[in-house]
Amino acid sequence: MTAAERTEIERLARRVRGHCLRMTHRGRSGHVGSMLSIAEIMAVLYTRVLRVDPAHPRAPDRDRFILSKGHAGGAVYAVLGELGFFPQEWFQGYYRDGGRLMGHISHHVPGVEFSTGSLGHGLPVAVGMALAARHARRQHRIICLMSDGDCNEGSTWEALLFAAQHKLDNLTVIVDYNRIQALGMSKDVLDLEPFATKLQACHWAVKEVDGHDVAALDAALAVLPFETGKPSWLLARTVKGKGVSWMENTVACHYGSVTDEELARALAEIGAE
Amino acid sequence: MRTLFNKVLLDIAGKDPRIWMILADIGYGEIEPFRDAFPDRWYNCGVAEQNMTGVACGVAMEGNIAITYSIANFPTLRCLEQIRNDVCYHNANVKIVIIGGGLAYGPLGVSHQATEDIAIMRALPNMVVFCPCDFAEAEAGVHAMIAHDGPFYYRCGYKKEPPVHSGKIDFQLGKAIRVREGADATIFFTGTIGNQAAAAAELLERDGIRCRVESLHTVKPIDRAAIVAAARETGGIITVEEHQLAGGLGGAVAEVLCDEGVVPQRFLRLGLPDCYVSRVGTHPWLLDQYGLVAPKLAVRIKEYLRQPVAGASV
Ligand SMILES: Cc1ncc(C[n+]2csc(CCOP(=O)(O)OP(=O)(O)O)c2C)c(N)n1
Repeated sequence: MTAAERTEIERLARRVRGHCLRMTHRGRSGHVGSMLSIAEIMAVLYTRVLRVDPAHPRAPDRDRFILSKGHAGGAVYAVLGELGFFPQEWFQGYYRDGGRLMGHISHHVPGVEFSTGSLGHGLPVAVGMALAARHARRQHRIICLMSDGDCNEGSTWEALLFAAQHKLDNLTVIVDYNRIQALGMSKDVLDLEPFATKLQACHWAVKEVDGHDVAALDAALAVLPFETGKPSWLLARTVKGKGVSWMENTVACHYGSVTDEELARALAEIGAE
Repeated sequence: MRTLFNKVLLDIAGKDPRIWMILADIGYGEIEPFRDAFPDRWYNCGVAEQNMTGVACGVAMEGNIAITYSIANFPTLRCLEQIRNDVCYHNANVKIVIIGGGLAYGPLGVSHQATEDIAIMRALPNMVVFCPCDFAEAEAGVHAMIAHDGPFYYRCGYKKEPPVHSGKIDFQLGKAIRVREGADATIFFTGTIGNQAAAAAELLERDGIRCRVESLHTVKPIDRAAIVAAARETGGIITVEEHQLAGGLGGAVAEVLCDEGVVPQRFLRLGLPDCYVSRVGTHPWLLDQYGLVAPKLAVRIKEYLRQPVAGASV
């Protein structure tokens, strides 16, 4: 990645953050911290990794992206709008009467592969898509973005055992590992550590990365799978609420959004344009 | 209503050491007083509803009362087989509480709408299905839930639902509560949509149509006598629910009428059509879109009652 490319992607991540702050502010909705946490992941995926085309959102050979932590749908809408999958005016209607964008990610929006909102659904579906792609001898990849909360669910563990059993190396999971869930810190609710070791023991190829470093994310995802014959698991270490000082690393930023006065300060802190 | 629920439960738990709360990472800003008061009877299972329900069942099998609690479909559909095989089959003393029945979570979207829960929960043997319409029913219902020995489904409201009943209510599980007198037809409702149904009856009265209005807070076991009496005494029956029409309150009322051989002159079910509510909007806006607000309910009922009667009559 060149320095210029890096600057562009970082700029996209800032724009994603800005859209998320404005959308959740207008809609008086929650989950903004969960969106801020994945801004760089979204920016890197949609500029450097996923083979998708805004002009042909259902092209058969597109890469499939599933957001399993559906409550952060705003961040996906933000990047899809930026890429031209739909008009950016739609942002105005996020979470509002008669709008097009509902709080949890919806397949009624162009570019969105699958609706989620109940945690623990994304990975099993991604596994099914990976099986079908292999069966059809297609080259597209399946990428699933999950949260630590997602990794509490039994269905996630059932799916990850199955994916390894069937050596689905066309499947990549990225975990937005911000270590905070809805009622507290993950380590106090259901400790996932040693997370990487657990996944390795389950026969996944695992890498860890700083989830806010676009160059590091790009490097980690440049070659997939991480290992032939194994599904890939990228543990992205992130900060919930990243970029807004009073939200960072708080449980509270899972709920509510910013006030009018806070919006201006938050936009300034993230360096929005 | 959820704040009231938690407050009343906390009160009862102070006197009844059998009461536990088994959670699945939901209840922020509401469940902390219980956690702080009874830390040895409060567990967060994480985002893991199947485990939550199994654990609650095990706790209940040892002589305790276990409450599971989460948003919309998470403590019901996500762990339905645990509810069926573990809780209901063993008649375990587990109370399943959902926050936000129907479209209460509005713009959060389809995953957060509980619109088939009544049908599914009432199909389970041993399960009581309870949908309070206002704070008065909600409070009485918590006491009834704890007093009842066995599985119990409690469909709790989400916000500050306005009162439907005026003054003190005569509450009994499984017994309808009369909200309004009238002889032209009977409107039965369940749950927080009750305030729209009651307001619709008020609008109808201005047009000279006087409806009896009754709250069927307990959908199972249902008040058969009230339903039969309504058919006999008022001729027409209208049901209003914030739920899919398939298998919900209207279905339950129709079953009673057919079983009892009492076919009313008129029978109208009002609820959500057979589709997912994928429109985006707030709770009141969505209710309006689906005709479940008082003025639209009143128009639909008025037009229906104006049509000539077809078929058999009581
Ligand atoms: C099955 C299910 N149970 C409960 C919820 C409610 N809920 C929404 S987000 C969340 C946990 C938040 O933790 P995490 O997903 O790790 O948040 P993030 O890292 O995305 O901020 C919960 C319990 C849900 N969406 N799905």
